[in-house]
Amino acid sequence: MKTLHIEYYALLREQAGVKQQTVQSEIRTPAELYNQLAAEHGFSLGTEQLRAVVNEEFVNWDRQLNDGDRVVFIPPVAGG
Amino acid sequence: MKKFELSETALQAEQLKDSLRDPAAGGFVSFEGWVRNENEGRTVQQLEYEAYPAMAEKEGQRIVAEAIERFSLTEALCVHRVGSLEIGDMAVWVGASSPHRGEAFDACRYIIDQIKVSVPIWKKEHYTDGDSGWVNCERCAEHGHEHSGHHAHGPGTAAKQ
Repeated sequence: MKTLHIEYYALLREQAGVKQQTVQSEIRTPAELYNQLAAEHGFSLGTEQLRAVVNEEFVNWDRQLNDGDRVVFIPPVAGG
Repeated sequence: MKKFELSETALQAEQLKDSLRDPAAGGFVSFEGWVRNENEGRTVQQLEYEAYPAMAEKEGQRIVAEAIERFSLTEALCVHRVGSLEIGDMAVWVGASSPHRGEAFDACRYIIDQIKVSVPIWKKEHYTDGDSGWVNCERCAEHGHEHSGHHAHGPGTAAKQ
């Protein structure tokens, strides 16, 4: 069982209704984690519209998650 | 010196410019992005910028450092606002100084284009009709519902305007 810390921004933060959340799970990848959280919160964005960040590095959706990882899903950006 | 910063307060263009002064610089070019009163046919009243600070600073720093190297600049800096902004407020400032003007012009364009594509900053617009929406997210989301699985938005296309 691993502990994963998730932080939400922008549209996902509003849809989740929280800024952060901790999950205890056997989940293996950011893709699996997102799909579980999307089902829980009813996120409107799909993984093809997001990028995954683990411990402040952009990562592939199939990267292995480890105990204590900090995960952020990045919605389409709109700076400038 | 920091090459990318987030600011919760109004940007001061003169001060930012002065921070790039250098005896080796023969030219300086800056770009200012301002809050516009219209987006895709809707009248914007006000907006909010939200950032993921750690990643925004990391990505911004990488982009500006890359520009300094690529265009052989003397110095460069980008500062982006977060929080609530009104029409006409400065949302982003980019400045580049270099021995000759060409590189400074090119670098400004490069930096703002890259910032828009990959720095984790989001913009929520509040419209005069009372509605609001996250730019580049809401329309995608609607399409996602209508044709789930067929809407291929890569990260590179996310911020294109």
